Amino acid sequence: MIRIDIRKPLQGAGGTMELRIDLTIKERTFLAVAGESGSGKTTFLRILAGLEQAEGEIEVDQERWLDDKTCLPPQKRRIGFVFQDYALFENMKVLENLLFVRRDERLAWHLLHMTDLVELADRYPAGLSGGQKQRVALCRAMMNRPRLLLMDEPLSALDPAMRQKLQKDILHLHKEFGTTTVMVSHDPGEIYQLADRVVTLSQGRVVADTTPAQLFFKERSGALSFHGELLDLISEAESEYAVISVGNQITKIPITPSQSLRLKDIREIRIVVSPECAQIEPIPCD
Amino acid sequence: MNGIDWTPFWLSFKLAAVTTAILFLIALPLAWWLSRTRFRFKPIIEAVAALPIVLPPSVLGFYILWALSYNSPIGAFFQEHFGIQLVFNFTGLVIGSCFYSFPFMLQPLQSGFESLNKNMLEAAFVAGKSSWQTLWHVALPNIKPSLLTALIVTFAHTVGEFGVVLMVGGSIPGKTKVASVAIYEMVETLDYHTAHIYSAVMVLLSFIVLLGVYLFNRRQKRRLGVY
Repeated sequence: MIRIDIRKPLQGAGGTMELRIDLTIKERTFLAVAGESGSGKTTFLRILAGLEQAEGEIEVDQERWLDDKTCLPPQKRRIGFVFQDYALFENMKVLENLLFVRRDERLAWHLLHMTDLVELADRYPAGLSGGQKQRVALCRAMMNRPRLLLMDEPLSALDPAMRQKLQKDILHLHKEFGTTTVMVSHDPGEIYQLADRVVTLSQGRVVADTTPAQLFFKERSGALSFHGELLDLISEAESEYAVISVGNQITKIPITPSQSLRLKDIREIRIVVSPECAQIEPIPCD
Repeated sequence: MNGIDWTPFWLSFKLAAVTTAILFLIALPLAWWLSRTRFRFKPIIEAVAALPIVLPPSVLGFYILWALSYNSPIGAFFQEHFGIQLVFNFTGLVIGSCFYSFPFMLQPLQSGFESLNKNMLEAAFVAGKSSWQTLWHVALPNIKPSLLTALIVTFAHTVGEFGVVLMVGGSIPGKTKVASVAIYEMVETLDYHTAHIYSAVMVLLSFIVLLGVYLFNRRQKRRLGVY
């Protein structure tokens, strides 16, 4: 059981604000922390790691990490931390990165095996791809069998296919090691797949504390919406069309004259697909 | 070439080696601390540490001579309690050189540490490693080019020093007459032949050392994929 009740003044974009978080996290929970940038997510994670000072209390399994008198240094918290930029020890090979944390060769090889990194054990980080580096970072974080695994947007720098692979690895490790995990994330898909509880921060406060399903299905049940950009409104053969781009695709959608009037001078749009007319097709593996 | 006395060169290199070793031990923890601290008076420490770069060597030499001589409390203390004279001998040269070359050791190390990815250092702390372990196993091996620059430039700068050694050491043959001072005396006594040989050897050695540094740095950068 982890009890957190912390306060810290923060310099946000809109002036000073106070980070104030009061949470209890059950053992083996996978907690996602969401919220817009500047809401204090990363600071919260760093306070949990002991990398930043704060006032208040943190108690983990009846052990005091933070109160009026004590602030346990990060070295003594037995945690794992996965950084967005991997932060591997550049002077050490993959296996050495793991063994530097703890001289436990069996565990190191087990982790490398689980994450398909065995063949890269002898390489330096400079020769690895982003996804490989983050897998190494994940293994490294598990080397001291952390009571608490902290991850700061661990997948945000990776492409979608690599994210999928790493999500599986993360979940696998979280379950096998029975750790409590706190992950900062922006990505709803990632949160939905991994977390069993999600806390949303805004201006340093918790504004929502639910399950991912409750958070994402609460409005327009079942409908998907995509953010897009309206590039042009055109008329062809007496019909009107909107040219829009979503992700890296551009398409032409027929619209009525009244819609055309509403969309004039608008750039940012939302495309809503109702479940009844959505088509789902598999993408074959290569 | 046979008739040339190479003792001043030997003295120069001995002085440079001892100074470099001492300064490495002093500057390393200070550079590590300066790169990580938010101490209010850090700029004052940095300014004092950089003073030898801007001060004329004669000013520095004069103050060191004044502080270490028997007439000052420091010099008197060492003379009376340990029987050590601090000026006009090799010990004095080492002390003077340590002041003179200090920033050349400190600054490359500090900027090397400051350029490291902070997350990488924090990853070591989270992994349970102390500040010292992190310094030895993570920080230092990842600033090899800066480390090499610090060592070589300190060494070379000490070999090349003139004003301070002349002030603090005088020019006692075999004891404090280093190569730079010897060249000065040769020119004064119109011995251009030996001065030429000495100077050419200095130029050649310096070039070889610096070339070695740049070649090493290029190899390091290649290995890390910078270019």
